[in-house]
Amino acid sequence: MEGELVQPAPEETPRDANPANVGLELFGYVGIEAVLDQMRIKTMKTGFEFNLMVVGQSGLGKSTMVNTLFKSKVSRKPTGPGYEERIPKTVQLQSITHVIEEKGVKMKLTVTDTPGFGDQINNENCWDPIIKYINEQYEKYLREEILISRKRKIPDTRVHSCVYFVPPTGHWLRPLDLEFMRRLSKIVNMVPVIAKADTLTLEERAEFKKRVRGLGRESVYPQEDFDDNSDDRILNNKIRDKIPFAVVGADKEHQVNGKRILGRKTKWGIIEVENPAHCEFPLLRDLLIRSHLQDLKDITHNVHYESYRMQRLNESNRLALSPINGLLGKDEVESDL
Amino acid sequence: MASSEVTRQLQNDNCRPLSLSGHVGFDSLPDQLVNKSINQGFCFNILCIGETGIGKSTLIDTLFNTSFDDRVSTHFQPNVRLRAQTYELQESNVRLKLTIVNTVGFGDQINKEDSYQPIVDYIDAQFEAYLQEELKIKRSLYNYHDTRIHVCLYFISPTGHSLKTLDLLTMKNLDSKVNIIPVIAKADTISKTELQKFKIKLMSELVSNGVQIYQFPTDDETISKINATMNGHLPFAVVGSMEEMKVGNKMVKARQYPWGIVQVENENHCDFVKLREMLICTNMEDLREQTHARHYELYRRCKLEEMGFRDTGPENKPVSLQETYEAKRHEFFGELQRKEEEMRQMFVQRVKEKEAILKEAERELQAKFEHLKRLHQEERMKLEEKRKLLEDDMIAFNKRKAATELLQAQAFASTPSVTLKKDKDRKNFM
Repeated sequence: MEGELVQPAPEETPRDANPANVGLELFGYVGIEAVLDQMRIKTMKTGFEFNLMVVGQSGLGKSTMVNTLFKSKVSRKPTGPGYEERIPKTVQLQSITHVIEEKGVKMKLTVTDTPGFGDQINNENCWDPIIKYINEQYEKYLREEILISRKRKIPDTRVHSCVYFVPPTGHWLRPLDLEFMRRLSKIVNMVPVIAKADTLTLEERAEFKKRVRGLGRESVYPQEDFDDNSDDRILNNKIRDKIPFAVVGADKEHQVNGKRILGRKTKWGIIEVENPAHCEFPLLRDLLIRSHLQDLKDITHNVHYESYRMQRLNESNRLALSPINGLLGKDEVESDL
Repeated sequence: MASSEVTRQLQNDNCRPLSLSGHVGFDSLPDQLVNKSINQGFCFNILCIGETGIGKSTLIDTLFNTSFDDRVSTHFQPNVRLRAQTYELQESNVRLKLTIVNTVGFGDQINKEDSYQPIVDYIDAQFEAYLQEELKIKRSLYNYHDTRIHVCLYFISPTGHSLKTLDLLTMKNLDSKVNIIPVIAKADTISKTELQKFKIKLMSELVSNGVQIYQFPTDDETISKINATMNGHLPFAVVGSMEEMKVGNKMVKARQYPWGIVQVENENHCDFVKLREMLICTNMEDLREQTHARHYELYRRCKLEEMGFRDTGPENKPVSLQETYEAKRHEFFGELQRKEEEMRQMFVQRVKEKEAILKEAERELQAKFEHLKRLHQEERMKLEEKRKLLEDDMIAFNKRKAATELLQAQAFASTPSVTLKKDKDRKNFM
């Protein structure tokens, strides 16, 4: 080691030192990549949370779809005789929470159902309770976050994804659908699906999608602005081409070719839910669970929650703190995502 | 107001476990998370505290198996400074942004009272920067370059006796702000038996003085056993070297002495491998989490309480940060307005004064003008008088002249012929 007398170097802080960070070569194995395993172990120990909301008119198969997605009786609809499903007078939101585990990964799944949406004669502002609910969850998280002594892990009840069920009319999106999707895609990740798609033939399905894609395209998930790199963009473009997915839900198993398969049995054949040739349910499941779940959560946290927080902190500079009133009428003022 | 009714169907205790009848696929969640992290890259900040020449830079070079460009410093620094450098390392597909902060001049001064203060200030400054970013209204936390110190390697000199007072003092001041891992530097100067005694002495001194060093976590079954054994080996006795020697038939990193070769990666010779294991391979993530969840939260809580924010108001009602912030804002605005008023008053005052002065000056000027005018008038009148006198004189003179000429003419008239002839002659001559 040369013992040269060097002048004392100027003090540098990480922020303004070495603006071009020096990239160095490692001469041998150090073990940095073990951090991935550490991360994996840690996250498996703490578990995950996922909050899903399903919105659509009654009778479109929302509960069945959720059961099919998670392969279990997440929402139990009693089907005994003498039970009439009452359509509620206003939109209500019901949340059910379950803990499911698969291969050591624990997930706390919360499904929020919205009976009464779009069922009344006058459906004006039927989206207000939903918007209020979503904002309430953001508010809860915000309050926890700005406490002085806050919890180690803030419970996350924010809605990560909203699946909107479009009735398979075969023509266009209805004004209610357009209004709802427009308003909600600004505050939550919106995934529209065509419900009960077994009423459309493949040609009708393609026609419907073509018409729907032009009209209801505004910033549904996955949003184009958040593609990180070109790989993501290619993958997401493929997904965007297929949106909205035409899905069929089923929770009964039938025998097909000697295998037990989830499907709907009709007199003219069995519709296999997991067959990509029959319906696009596998695509929806892959999007929601297998490939983009973490991405959904990240975008909710980094984009939607941040914009809510920014708005909330800005407006509290002007008026005193008041209970949430659902940001009604401020939708037009919000910036586009 | 139609409120949204959220009916949570409580089963046993808020959520019931559900059994799956098939493969759903969310077991890929940890992989999704890991992939995202790989894309983002990791960040790790190490602070090395130790006297000059104790081997900090060499150890870091050896730990990360690369040669960071670090200059050798002299012993004649007037005070302790910190020098931070950031490097980007990559191993297979994991990118690590490593920041190494070195203390320059630690333990060199004659008076070492303030040696630890710059270090504490530096750590606090990093927490403060993060807190500022978190409190911003428009913030971007997910691509914020985290500069908070995740681990502090404290280099103890191998005297073989006990901790120095400076070491105790510094560690005591730092243990609530950062994860401290003490290491015994230049461990090849201590023999094995002395080393055992030294370690026991060090640990007992640390415990009896209430210094909380970082304990490797033992709550996860996969790593609890190894962590527990490692906890017993603290502080690690390390030797650093980047020079390679041939031992047996391999090239290993070692230090060569006339009496033998000290191999860095030989567990019998020193604890370097253990340190690398613990620091990087097993607990890097936990170190980061402890920094964020414990030390940073503590700092945040203290800082916000200092600023006057509370979680509960005077009647023990929960007061949110917003309300306190609002109140403070009002206060601040009031103060601001008051100051503005003051300044405005002062300004008006000054203007008045200036006006008065100017008016004075104007008046003086006016008076002078009048005075001069009067003088001028007087002069003029005097001159007028003089002129009149002169004119009178001239008239008087003319009169006298006329009178004299008349007399002369009369005198000429009494002898007219002579004069007439003379005149005629004179005229003929002319």
